[in-house]
Amino acid sequence: MTQKWNDINGDFHPASGMDFLPREHLRKIQSQRLSATVKLAYENVQLHRSRMDALGVKPGDIKTVDDISKLPFTEKTDLRDTYPYGLFAVDMSEIVRLHASSGTTGKPIVVGYTREDMRLWETSVMRCLLMNGVRRSDFVQVSFGYGLFTGGLGLHGGAEALGCTVIPASGGNTERQLMIMRDFGATVVCCTPSYFVHLIEESKKYGVDMKKLPLRIGVFGAEPWSERMRAFMRENANIEVFDIYGLSEIAGPGVGGECCAHDGIHILEDNFYPEIIDPDTGKPLPDGEEGELVITTLAKRAMPILRYRTHDITSIIAEPCPCGRTVRRIRRIDRRCDDMFISRGVNVFPSQIEAGLARVEECSTNYRIILERERDLDRITVEVELLEKYFADSLPQLDAIRKKIQASIMGIIGIRVEIRIVEPNKIPRSEGKAKRVFDYRKI
Amino acid sequence: MRIKQLSVFLENTPGHLCKVCQTLKSAGVNILTITIAETKEYGIVRAVVDKTEEAAAALKSAGFFAKVVDVLAVEVEDRPGALLSVLARASDSGLNVEYMYALTRPNNENPVMVMAFKDIDAAEKALG
Repeated sequence: MTQKWNDINGDFHPASGMDFLPREHLRKIQSQRLSATVKLAYENVQLHRSRMDALGVKPGDIKTVDDISKLPFTEKTDLRDTYPYGLFAVDMSEIVRLHASSGTTGKPIVVGYTREDMRLWETSVMRCLLMNGVRRSDFVQVSFGYGLFTGGLGLHGGAEALGCTVIPASGGNTERQLMIMRDFGATVVCCTPSYFVHLIEESKKYGVDMKKLPLRIGVFGAEPWSERMRAFMRENANIEVFDIYGLSEIAGPGVGGECCAHDGIHILEDNFYPEIIDPDTGKPLPDGEEGELVITTLAKRAMPILRYRTHDITSIIAEPCPCGRTVRRIRRIDRRCDDMFISRGVNVFPSQIEAGLARVEECSTNYRIILERERDLDRITVEVELLEKYFADSLPQLDAIRKKIQASIMGIIGIRVEIRIVEPNKIPRSEGKAKRVFDYRKI
Repeated sequence: MRIKQLSVFLENTPGHLCKVCQTLKSAGVNILTITIAETKEYGIVRAVVDKTEEAAAALKSAGFFAKVVDVLAVEVEDRPGALLSVLARASDSGLNVEYMYALTRPNNENPVMVMAFKDIDAAEKALG
């Protein structure tokens, strides 16, 4: 065990205890909790019951975590089809919180929490923050959006439970974010990685020197990001940078977090059981092999989820972590290509453009970025397709959509891009890693 | 009179209008009138054709965004001030003309204007 990565640093927090359980002990807890979860789901949720019946599996058949592969999968479409409360396993009077994910198509996905679920969620986020070295004395600026999205209130709950001084800044308004960060003395910031890159870019304009702020830790999630982005943030803001993993279907942020070894994400296995499967056959794969991450909630009551297919591609790292935690890790998820480009002195990640597009319902998130240079000036053009139902027989309306996309992207990267609406299916679909950036600049 | 018009989204680049016309030809659709509203990068082709639904289906399967919309065909007498009197009626009813073009007429009949309104029911009532 190397002392170097020891984030415990002499001030062990009891909430971290579950991270360090002996494997056999952890397994016992997982098995007990899995049986209880399956029973709860079977007895109270029509969908789980009918799926299990179809496979001829009874709750009594699930005795240990090894039996988990007997259970049916849950897909995102199942949450949509049972909108809004179809997967709830408790009476609505027990639900104290609802959240929803926007969803790129059609109806949102609704998730509910009992009071115990809220405590579990807060504790999970707290454990992730502890892994990052966040302590009670920290000032935590939460710049994830507050509202139906789980990001803002999730981090808020965890940081508050830990006893930090929480600054609920929510998303947006760059100038104000920077002012608060500086004047309130934030030591930790939580937001999407692309938004933090944007804050770094804008800080110069507002005369804020990110390197001189008391800020020491960044906790980033809700979108895939790369080591290159991490290096950029470290270098330009002089902070330690951590990934936090989660999805609202399972709990929100706090399903897993990164420790100071920065080598994968520890899944809080006592609450969220990870499996890796072959996405084509559904067969479980051994630790170390790459496949689709599947998660089962082990302690949620309002909405127990059996074998949720995340569609995130990763692998489980079973080797012990230098930090000493026994909960297994998954490799960081960055399935999207990382082709950051620099234009007009600004670092732009395609995922930022994508995030901008995702907020505009009229367009698809299939896009291409064209870079050109005219008389020493860079021009960024984003080609994007409309969704058919939004094609209106009106040029002013099309122009309004174009401006809306432009404003959405500008809100994230801070610079103006040209938007070119193209004909449907004009942008080639690629299998696997999509090539997004086409650089025609002659420098 | 209310008629059906075909609206197609099109990029403003060489060859794209040809592809629309090729698709219509292959579907055996005859174009009565065609007009283009353009911006620098894209435009909307609007056409009155003999078989609107078939034309829209053919264009959709060829990968275009095509839409069938209701517009008004308004006969205008062939004399000074005739169009003005039609427009005045629309304006008096608080109706805004979204766009307008003339329908090609093979014979020496009165000109017919194709007019689009947000509220076509009200427009039909006012101009009908």
